[in-house]
Amino acid sequence: MPFIPHTESDIRAMLKSIGAKSIDDLFDEIPKELRAGKLTQVPEGLSEMQVTRLMQERAQQDGHYLNFIGAGAYEHHIPAAVWEIVTRGEFYSAYTPYQAEASQGTLQLLYEYQTMMASLTGMDISNASLYDGASGLAEAVLMAVRAHKKARKILMPRTVHPIYRSVVGAIVANQNIEIVEVPFDTVGGYVAPDSLSAFAGGEYAALVIPQPNFFGVLEEVDALTDWAHANNMLAIALVNPTSLAILKAPGEWGSKGADIAVGEGQPLGAPLSSGGPYFGFMACKEPLVRQMPGRIIGRTVDKDGKSGFTLTLQAREQHIRRSKATSNICTNQGLIVTAATIYMSLLGPEGLERVAAACHANTLATIEKLTAIKGVTRVFSRPVFHEAVLRLDMPVADALRALEPQGILGGFDLADHYPELGQALLICATETRSPADIDQYAFHLERVVSKRRLDPPCAVKANPV
Amino acid sequence: MSNIPSDLKYTKSHEWVKSNSDGTVTVGITDHAQGLMGDMVYVDLPQSGVAVTAGKECGVVESVKAASDIYSPVSGEVIESNAALADAPESVNKDCYGAGWMFRIKPSSPADLGALLDAKAYAELVASESH
Repeated sequence: MPFIPHTESDIRAMLKSIGAKSIDDLFDEIPKELRAGKLTQVPEGLSEMQVTRLMQERAQQDGHYLNFIGAGAYEHHIPAAVWEIVTRGEFYSAYTPYQAEASQGTLQLLYEYQTMMASLTGMDISNASLYDGASGLAEAVLMAVRAHKKARKILMPRTVHPIYRSVVGAIVANQNIEIVEVPFDTVGGYVAPDSLSAFAGGEYAALVIPQPNFFGVLEEVDALTDWAHANNMLAIALVNPTSLAILKAPGEWGSKGADIAVGEGQPLGAPLSSGGPYFGFMACKEPLVRQMPGRIIGRTVDKDGKSGFTLTLQAREQHIRRSKATSNICTNQGLIVTAATIYMSLLGPEGLERVAAACHANTLATIEKLTAIKGVTRVFSRPVFHEAVLRLDMPVADALRALEPQGILGGFDLADHYPELGQALLICATETRSPADIDQYAFHLERVVSKRRLDPPCAVKANPV
Repeated sequence: MSNIPSDLKYTKSHEWVKSNSDGTVTVGITDHAQGLMGDMVYVDLPQSGVAVTAGKECGVVESVKAASDIYSPVSGEVIESNAALADAPESVNKDCYGAGWMFRIKPSSPADLGALLDAKAYAELVASESH
């Protein structure tokens, strides 16, 4: 069989047999104004040498910074073995293979990934991954609405990542699902469980519980989970996988545990890489499994009684259930999941716990150093995992701009998403930040902040005579 | 040849309907349907209190080889669904007209019942589909 499916003569023969003059004729029902037309900005092909040169130049433009930004994507140390193994030919594909059972090695890896994620989240079942954390949360919302059957409203705390909230809104908006925002306590930076009484008695399908929340703050997950269940709704845990090495697993939250756990898998072995590709993870309690989207790998025995791996519960999927499938997700982020599986295997539970503990310790050390600077204060009183919100006595954007030439990415400016917090900066220090890095950040931030305070604007300077 | 009890009514989508003395109807899937589906692994039923519409899907049966919708034979309100099927979906295979019953409906329009097939008409439908 030829690998180029359509030769010129094939195309001519096919067009002739259906009576069309050209391939363009096949698209004539699409109005002209909606067509993209020719891609005029895309240059002609380049040689490999030219592409290599171009990519090196682009990579240099990114520069090398001391990074104190988290806000959803986290810089962790990735053991060299991870991507060395991932890029082996046997693994190097992002897709679940067709005739999946012919690829036992891939299925075994995904099965082991699912086992690790189920263990980390304290849930019964994990799927083989979703696209990313934000769309994963949208899938969890859709799943909760399907499972609940009656309510089509979701309680979404304002402490959830703002981009996740906007992705969820975009995905569910046309499905007659209403997202209701839950405000946060401005002293603690969390959803005060008492404040939920305002929503009691409403018909909601689920409460989303972020842990840690977007501010890095730990929520009262036990109380929130129990409140959700007492009010006839599901509890969706939105969690950071690294944090689960030292925090309580969602399956153990409250008296019954969260129903669905979902999150961004990037911290488990994927580089920041300008924002992707990452992967989403999702796990749930067994009674919900038929509402779960994505592929699920099971372990079974063949006709000779030998153990093997297979796709299972496929009646949820679009090749069987068509438009009634739980999701249109058919492939997954297999390659990044492969990295995550190897990352978790190499670290083990103890290694991941040490990473999480080092992140926490470094963040506390950074908070201590930075808040020792006059004009820098901590915004929220409650405990954090590996991020925290600081307030500056100057516009955050100006401070970040002044730090950048010093080689420091000082954090994420919250002004756009949380104007109510004033001049607020979200910082993060993972295990990759050394004491010297933190000192360097504190040194430069102090210069930036104090310069601002000490130097009057030019206009009021005394004119030299 | 599949079992088609003469005292029941049927739908073209292979549900059976039994009229109860209290005015409710009990619904399940026919012997012919369970035979085509094969071994059941999961049954998703409408909850009591839910309003259903004649001819509209209200549940799902999943077997080892297929998943198929269950259509409500009549409009009305679901009074009870067979909770035992959650743990024993194989009842649908073993005893589809007995322990494999699925849900009871309080019909809102008695005319819906008149539109259903009798055993003879359903037997003809099954015979025509197998040719």
